[in-house]
Amino acid sequence: MTTTWEQSTGSTLLSSVAMAHFVAHGSLRLDAVVPAEMNAEGMEVLRGGLPDVPYGTPVADAYPEGSFVRRLLELPFVAGALRSLVGPGPSVDHHAVHIREPREGQAQPLHGDAIIDVRTDAFDVQLMYYPQDVTLDMGGTLSVPGSHLRRTNESDTGRYQNLRGQSRLVCPAGTVVFLHHGLWHGGRRNDSDRARYMFKIRFNPSVRQRRLWDTSDLGDPRVAEELATTFPWYEPATGRLEVYNRVLLWRSLTGDDSYDLDHWVTRVSNRPQEEAV
Amino acid sequence: MSTRQQVLVLYLATSALDSEVVGWSSYDGTGRTSPTTGDGDEPPYKSGVHALEDGWRLFQAAQLLPPHPGHEYDVSFLKHEFFFEKLVEAGAGSGGGPV
Repeated sequence: MTTTWEQSTGSTLLSSVAMAHFVAHGSLRLDAVVPAEMNAEGMEVLRGGLPDVPYGTPVADAYPEGSFVRRLLELPFVAGALRSLVGPGPSVDHHAVHIREPREGQAQPLHGDAIIDVRTDAFDVQLMYYPQDVTLDMGGTLSVPGSHLRRTNESDTGRYQNLRGQSRLVCPAGTVVFLHHGLWHGGRRNDSDRARYMFKIRFNPSVRQRRLWDTSDLGDPRVAEELATTFPWYEPATGRLEVYNRVLLWRSLTGDDSYDLDHWVTRVSNRPQEEAV
Repeated sequence: MSTRQQVLVLYLATSALDSEVVGWSSYDGTGRTSPTTGDGDEPPYKSGVHALEDGWRLFQAAQLLPPHPGHEYDVSFLKHEFFFEKLVEAGAGSGGGPV
């Protein structure tokens, strides 16, 4: 998870560069977008716990107007990012308060949530909200940039303890991170004397995920630069396949079936049918 | 005198043992250390051969398997997984290498 996305237009919707960043990294991090007074309230809300929400509940029904979570989701950058990723009217898959207790001695195994999910033209996102400053020893979420398109099932990746270029979350209070449903992640061991809180909501889209963001910068060369990002843990050969799969996802998100990076998809799809004359 | 096994798993950039480490895990049969998920950002060795040079014994390497037909472009688990061990005295130190 990195902080390099930016707003190029002043809109609270994501830019194409930011969307390309999400497609490459599988995550989008918004540092300290929740104001301090809401974080103080958020700590109390999370300590008290939140009642379960039935699977598939619309946001408006899950969180009454004026409630803490509803106000969290209405913050301009949070609302803009959510709408850009899953569109208007998403439903709440589920939510949970995650607490890493002080010196609990155990990390979660690296995993993807739910079960293997190989959709290539749709994705869920998970919002993770951190109401307090998270230091390295507090067991902030471990995540592996660019792992979201890997076809693995839940904690079958538990054997992987560390991967080069992994992200061990350290963030200021009020940080919100959006994850693609497939991203490998896990709660790290909390070696501090403070409990670490995080609130997670998984959202299911209810519309086709196509051009839902601010597309005015679609031709920006930084879109291709973001999509071509490689990560230190990739084996170079498989890293090429990652780019291939990202191109397919970008084609689906934009509706542009001719989009490519360095000819990777075009080359292996080329099967001319015209007879030579 | 009894020995315990320490296990180091290295994930390498290619199928060659002298290629770069891209991921790693370790387990300590002596119980003296408790390596876990996300406990470090720096790999213990630069390559598989560097682990050999430090006394680790290779006991398993991932096979080279062709992709399943129709799934040639799928990405999944890391492919180049190498298991190493050290046998150390139950009451001794870690054996001189990272665990």
